[in-house]
Order: sequence, then C-alpha cells, then structure tokens
Amino acid sequence: MISGGTSWAALSPKLARLGLAAIAGALAVPARAAPTSIDVALVDRLTWGIDSESLDKMAAGGSSHFLDDQLRAPPASLPPAAQAQVDAMRITQEPVAQLVVEMDAQNRAASAIPDPGQKKAARDAYNMAMNDLGREAQSRSLLRDLYAPDQLREQMTWFWFNHFNVQANKRDIRAMVSDYEDQAIRPHALGRFRDLLEATLRHPAMLRYLDNDQNAANHINENYAREIMELHTMGVGSGYTQKDVQELARIFTGVGVSLKPDMPKLKPAWQPLYVRAGLFEFNPARHDFGDKQFLGRTIRGSGFDEVEQALDLIAASPATARHVSTEIATYFADDAPPPALVARMAATFQHSHGDIAAVLRTLFRSPEFKASLGKRFKDPIHYAVSAVRLAYDGRTILNTDPLSNWLQRMSEGLFQHETPDGYAMASPAWSGPGQMETRFEIAQSIGGGAAGLFKPRDGAKPEQPAFPQIQNALFYQSLQRQLGPSTVKVLAQASSPQEWNALYLSSPAFMHR
Amino acid sequence: MHRRDLLKAAAAFAPMIVAGRAFATPAAGSGRLLLVFLRGAYDAANIVAPVGSDFYHQARPTIGLHAPDPSNPDAALPLDGDWAMHPALRDSLYPLWQKRQIAFVPFAGTDDMSRSHFETQDTIELGQPIAGSRDFRSGFMARLAVALGTDRPMAFSAQVPLCFQGMANQPIPNIALNGNLKPTIDPREAKLIEAMYTTNRLGDAALADAVAEGFATRETVFKSLADEMTQASRGAVTPKGFELSARRIGTLMREQYNLAFVDVGGWDTHVNQGGAQGYLAGRIGELGRGLAGFAQEIGPDAWRDTTVVVVSEFGRTFRENGDKGTDHGHGSVYWVIGGGVRGGRIAGPQVRITAETLNQQRDLPVLTDYRELIGGIVQRQFGLGSNRLATVFPDTRPVALDLV
Repeated sequence: MISGGTSWAALSPKLARLGLAAIAGALAVPARAAPTSIDVALVDRLTWGIDSESLDKMAAGGSSHFLDDQLRAPPASLPPAAQAQVDAMRITQEPVAQLVVEMDAQNRAASAIPDPGQKKAARDAYNMAMNDLGREAQSRSLLRDLYAPDQLREQMTWFWFNHFNVQANKRDIRAMVSDYEDQAIRPHALGRFRDLLEATLRHPAMLRYLDNDQNAANHINENYAREIMELHTMGVGSGYTQKDVQELARIFTGVGVSLKPDMPKLKPAWQPLYVRAGLFEFNPARHDFGDKQFLGRTIRGSGFDEVEQALDLIAASPATARHVSTEIATYFADDAPPPALVARMAATFQHSHGDIAAVLRTLFRSPEFKASLGKRFKDPIHYAVSAVRLAYDGRTILNTDPLSNWLQRMSEGLFQHETPDGYAMASPAWSGPGQMETRFEIAQSIGGGAAGLFKPRDGAKPEQPAFPQIQNALFYQSLQRQLGPSTVKVLAQASSPQEWNALYLSSPAFMHR
Repeated sequence: MHRRDLLKAAAAFAPMIVAGRAFATPAAGSGRLLLVFLRGAYDAANIVAPVGSDFYHQARPTIGLHAPDPSNPDAALPLDGDWAMHPALRDSLYPLWQKRQIAFVPFAGTDDMSRSHFETQDTIELGQPIAGSRDFRSGFMARLAVALGTDRPMAFSAQVPLCFQGMANQPIPNIALNGNLKPTIDPREAKLIEAMYTTNRLGDAALADAVAEGFATRETVFKSLADEMTQASRGAVTPKGFELSARRIGTLMREQYNLAFVDVGGWDTHVNQGGAQGYLAGRIGELGRGLAGFAQEIGPDAWRDTTVVVVSEFGRTFRENGDKGTDHGHGSVYWVIGGGVRGGRIAGPQVRITAETLNQQRDLPVLTDYRELIGGIVQRQFGLGSNRLATVFPDTRPVALDLV
C-alpha cells in the first residue's frame, strides 16, 4: 500500500462513514473525508488532476484500492453531459474507413473542378471539414481527460499516443487521428505492449505519417522502420545497426493503406497472402520476398508473417523493456528516473511479456515513486486540464476549443507534434521563462471565468454563466496545506475572487503534481 | 529585477562561476551571433547542390537541380564551377552571396553516426565530446554565454532549447515571436506572482528566476516591437511564419540581444520533396526570405558585426529514394552569413563526390566538425582566448577557415 499516515482504508467502512459525517457536520460542507497529503498527491499523479470525485474515490477505498481500480477497472463511460457532446460528433457517428473515403472523394471532386473560383470554394469546404474532424478528435480526447472515471487509462492514452506519435496535419491524417487514438491506442493503454505495437503498425494514421504506405520492393522508404526501432521499441544506441534498419524496411514493404473497396488484382499465388482490415492493407505485390537478416536472425521471405516475427523480436528485446520502462518512469516520476527503479520495471516488463499494468504497478509501489509525489513539474496539458478540473469540479464544460488553444499556445497542442519523437517529457522543456509567462496568462483566463469554456460552439446561450469556484471545501480540506508561506501571503492580497483564482493557478504548488 | 542584477545575485552564490567564467574580462571582440537550426536534417545537396558532379545528376534523376542556365528559371544559380544554389533563393540570399556575405561549408556535421534526428540534434546542441556520458544540463550556447560574460542571450522559441540549457540558476530567456506579444498581466499581479516563487517551498531557484525573466522578457520585447505592432494593427501587411519571426529577431538583435537561437522545422523529406519546385522549394524559399528579412531589419551598422550560422543535424542520402525523397544521411552543408563574413566562397575541406567517396555508399562524409567550425567562428567573432573557448567546446581545436 502506498499511503503513509492514517488512511481511510485502515478504518472500517462504518467508521469511515462516521468520520465523513463528523467532518461534514463540523464544516457544513458536502460530505468528504480529508485524505492524507500523500493520498491527495497520489490522486493528483494518477489522474488528470484533483477533483471531488477522484478524492471521494480515494477516501472511499484507500490508496491500494484506488490504485487497483485505476490499473484494472474496465473502460468506463463518461458522465451523460460529456457523453452527449461526444455522441453528437461526426467521428462518433461514422466509422473511420467511411470518413476517410468520403473525405478523399470530396478532395478529388474539388480538384476536378475547372473553374478556379468554384475550385477554391470546394477546397476550402474540404479543408474546413477536415479541420472539424481534427477538432472533434481533440475535443473528445479532452472531454475524456476531464471527466472519464478511468483517469489512469486516459493518461496512458495520452502517453502512448505521444510515444507512438503521429501529427494530424500531414496528408489526410486529420480524418484518421480520432480512430488512431480510440482504436489503436486506448484499448491497449494498460494492456500488452506487443498488442499496442501491432495496433499502431496496422493503423493507417501511422502508415501515412511515417510514409510506410509508400514503402515497396525496390522502392524502399526507411522512415518507419527506423523510427519504430529508435523511438517505439529498442531505443537509439541499443545495438541495432543501419543494416538492421534497412532490412526491417524490406520486411515492411507492402504494409500500407488502401481506400479502394476491392482487393487489387493479384496473381493466384499471392491472393492468400493479401491482408485487408478496414483501410489497412498488406499487398504482396509490393512486398520484397527475399530473405532478410534482422537482429542476427534470418527471416525467410513469406509475407505479412515476417512483420509478426520482426515485431515479436523487437518487442521481446531487453532493450525495449528498458527503453519503454525509462519512458514511463520519466513521464510519471522523474526527469532522470533512478536506474534501479527502471531496472525493476524492465524486469517486470520482461517476465510479464510486456504487461503495461504490471510495469506501472512496479513503478507505483516503489519508494522512488512515493518520494516523487507532489514534485513533478506539470507539462502544459497536465497544467491546463488539471486547472479546468479543479476550477469547475465535475461541471461539464460546453466548449473545449479554449483548452485546445491554450495547449497550442504552450506548444503542446493535441496531435500537433510534428516529429515522431513526441513531446518532451522532461521538465526543462516546459519551465523556461517564456513558458511560465504563458501559463500565468492562461491562469488569468481560467481564473477570471470568461475563458469561453461555457460558450457552446453553436452560439447557443448556456443555461447559467459559470464562474470557477476554487476556494471551496475541496481546496480547504485537501490543497491548502500544500501551499508555502509566500503563496499563502500572496493569496491573502488578492483583490477579487477572479484574481485569487488566477494567483492560485499561478502558484508553485499548482505547477507541480 | 533587472537581468544584470539577477546575474550578480546568482554570481554571489556561485563564486566558481565568478572566478572562472561569467565575470572574466569582457571579450575583446563584439558583435552578434544567431544560430539557426534546421530541424529534420535538410537536404543540403539540393540547396547548395554539387551540380558539377555527373554523379549528382545520376543519383537524383527526378529531384536533382539543373546546372546553371540563364535561360531556364528553374535552373540552379551558379556559385562556383562545382556548386550551385537552389533557385528559390534567387531574390533573397543570392544577392548576399554576390555581395560575398555568405560562405557555405559543405561536408560539415558531427561524428554522431546514429542517423537519429533526436540523438544528433542533442549532440550538436550539447557540443560535448561524443565519447563519454552526456550532460543534458549543459548546452554549448549556454556555455558560450557564460564564457562571454554576456548578459544578452535569447532563445527565440517557445521552449528553451537544449543548447541554451544549463546556466545554473540563471535561465536563458525565451520567447516565441510568431504571435501577439502584448503582456496581459498587470505589473501588480506580476509582482504578486513573482513573490510566490521567491521563497518557493519546492526549493526551485531556477523556476523563480524563470518566472521573473518571463515577465521582464515579454515587457522588453513588446516595447521593442511596439512600432511594428502598431503598424500591423493599421492593416500593414506583415509577413507570416518564419519570415515574421526572423524580421522580429533582426529588430531585437539590433537593440537588445547579442547571442540568439531560433529553429525552423519541416525538413525531414522522405517522400516527394520536389526539385526546383515543390515542397522543399517552398520551405527553402521561406527560409531565404526570413534570413534576408533579418539582415534588412537589423540594419547595415549591426549587420557588419553579425554572424548567422545555419546548421542541421545531418544531411540526407545522396541518392533519391524510391519515393522521390531522401532518407537519413550524414554530412551536411552549414551556412555562415553576415555583413563581416568573408563569403562568396565554398569553405573547408572537400572531396569530389562520386559513388566511391560516399560515406557507407550512402551519404556525404563529414570533413569539418561542427564544434571546430563554430568554435573557430566564435573565437574570431568575440575574441575568445583558447582557455575560454575550451569551456565552450572541450577537447576540440577550432578550425581556422577565416570566415569572420
């Protein structure tokens, strides 16, 4: 168990309830136990930020139960007000293959228009529709970060998306990125690494982004083969060679994307080797069937099975266990995670055959992790999402665009990182002077309550204006004691509730989790 | 707090820095240095193209540039008998070449053979010897700022780049220049926020300094660019993207900053990079307009003692790939631009490019190490003694190409 000090889990449920009632009576606030500082810090780390619901869950079950719940609970649905927004989206209503094919048709139709004025109008309409799809993907992702009960899964979904980064603005990826996050990443976020790896390889967004849809026999494109080894699995400097990259690129020939409804015409010998699933295609006519020497093994030319063998090899490599464990530990604990901790996580990775939840459990139960609680500098998305979670505490925002824009301003826009390395996880990337100043401006927007989070995009008036209430029972019971004396002193000088909010969201305590 | 006072305050707690570097006698030389980092490994061989080599034309049947030909607007522009410049630079940088204010250093790069963008970018930004472990808290531009005792370094990027990390308790300021820069936090609130960090319970002095620096920088930059922004709000046409940033950098380096960094992405061209026209031509055109705009904004006086060094992590495969693009390679071409640059020439050691002289039958070899090159430039530019230069680029000997 992680919790230090008295935990509600140590008490009988009945006593716990009594305790809750006593505090509620004394403070005349909604019933909630006061969890220990370390429990609050743990909630802050495993979720996208403190809110009443997450603290209630911790209070109800204790830290051990909370942790199990987050690691093993099945995917949960969003609260109705958030789910209704997701349900209304085009990305929810249409399957990805249909979306991509429709958008492709719209694009072709626009290109075929001879009149320049009409062509421009049609191209603008196409681009607007594509931008809408990209924005819906961002919006759904943010609504889940803000309100999903399975908060750890959502954090890991962000983490793995970043690990297997694609950028939405390339080619037609805006129409695919929602499905990439939802179908390739999220179902495997706490599952097996090998499954996750293959799901990303089979997704058209990845194949487009790293150009493997262009990789064919005698027309080798190395891009994906290199990045899958360098960034996704083994890590640079782990012993593979330029030759391994070239051989893997040959293995990946024919792995691509097709928008056509039918299988291509193939000679009879190749027909059984053709693989198709949605937009994913393995086309044997584009594959190099020669034998390959990869990581010291001979892989016989046989078709898509070569890809399976290569993924087995790299996913099971000790280098992959180390590299992935280092990334996870960096994200959750420390800019430079202690080597002993990484070694224990890597050992778990190997003996559990890449069970991500097991690796996380090793991390979360470690003394190194406990020592890091409350000290991790938030990256921009943690900063912005945790601010909105705290400011509106479960009340569903009606427009995620301001949040998306803040992320963009802080250079961590969703699905916007151009290069395949993903956003930096170490804090110096986010704690520079320009970054801090931008954060304070965003704190001012959120704290002032006029940030547009409750202005629906369709122009409808919200039922009631929403002003953030950060100075509430949650704050007094759980967050106030984290503050240093200078912050307490400064908050006392706030001239309005808006300014108080802005100052609290600008405080050193709120910059860390 | 003024930046200079901050430095002094930091120095008071760091006597080693005072004695050793930061407050050593000011450098004999003066001037300004802007490092432009082309992230993504730009295809040097199509910007400064070895069109004199038959092998170049064989290796790049679809994307290669045509040899200079006055009657063909898509042909490359002559530099010397062997080399030619991408036509997208005709109106921006070619005039500077003709004024002998640009030198190109082909076969430049690192001894990092990973062909990883991220690994090699780190290698360059850290500027440390490649053997041995890396110290990620010590970038070469930060060490140069310390060695110069300069109080005017600046990263023109949304994040502080690795090369500017590591000024102990003295973060290098950073600001992205592509948007509206008007500060929105009033001075009273700024003071209150700073006060929360000065005795920060989490004990992070660098964060406290970053906070103070952030407010000060935004204020300074806004004041310096206020005229431009007033004009812009009256409907004057302002450039976009890198060109806008570069022009603003010119204004700011004329008055405020003498050691600066900016990066430009989008150079990883594995597919359909194009030749005289196309994707890469678009990027290079924007880069050229930006650099020419920078020279224009900084003005003739400041331009005389300003050096712009353009680098990228590595070059690309010399042969085009199956998708009319190029894959990760090794040697690159670095650019040295400035009013006082001894340019109009292709500098540094060279070999004739043939299938046999390619590195690993794939890409260009590195004959000029970036640390030796930049070391040689900053030594001349700022009059750095070899002891102080050794703190910037340890275990290296600056190469004397007489570029500045």
